[in-house]
Amino acid sequence: MDILLRFLIGGIVVSVFAILGDVVKPESLGGVFAAAPTIALATLVLTMHKHGGVYVATEARSMVAGAIAFFAYACVVSFVLMRWRPKALATAIALLPLWFATAASAWALWLRR
Amino acid sequence: MRLKFKFDSLKETKPTEYLSRFVFGGVVTVFAGFVADHYGPVLGGLFLAFPGIFPAGVSLVEKHKTQREKAEGKLGIWSARGQASVEATGASVGTLGLMGFAVVLWQGLPTHNFLPILFTATGTWIAVSFLFWWVREKM
Repeated sequence: MDILLRFLIGGIVVSVFAILGDVVKPESLGGVFAAAPTIALATLVLTMHKHGGVYVATEARSMVAGAIAFFAYACVVSFVLMRWRPKALATAIALLPLWFATAASAWALWLRR
Repeated sequence: MRLKFKFDSLKETKPTEYLSRFVFGGVVTVFAGFVADHYGPVLGGLFLAFPGIFPAGVSLVEKHKTQREKAEGKLGIWSARGQASVEATGASVGTLGLMGFAVVLWQGLPTHNFLPILFTATGTWIAVSFLFWWVREKM
């Protein structure tokens, strides 16, 4: 039941923000919605109800590191697309390991302690 | 540059594309919860900022721009990929707002009530994202 609820809420929140990103112009501002806290907004109420504030605060600290990794990843995707103009989907997927590498580094250097 | 709402662009998105975003959003959310449940909030929290929907987003921007250019008799691929790059730049600005959102929750939640902190965090996301977007547009 919890998984189904997470799936439905996650799907709805992501879809709403994706639609906002589509209709807001200029495109650079629409792109801001691609980095909206969709997954967090979709899960925080459930997590808070289940585990409490300290648990959510711990998740939020890690989310800062995840957002730093997202920043590095989005900057590189933007640069590669502008410089060499490869296919957008292939580029965004091929560079996802950069997010994992940056997040893992942040975990090893900061969060694990 | 002025903020506009262009509702015509909703017609460019097919029902299957709306459905795939919904399913992908649901799957990423369930996955983030799964990681937190099995490996704890430290690892799980990282995935709250996972760029799950981002690849599909830049791909749709490229696809729709190519379609518009083709309708005007142009090849369009080059400028469409440039447009996808602009979308990615916007996302990089959005991640600064995402950091602000997370910092407010991290610092505020252990000692304050959940709902006021959640509203403050969401307001911080909007304010920081729009501020950096505005600064970048002025540069």
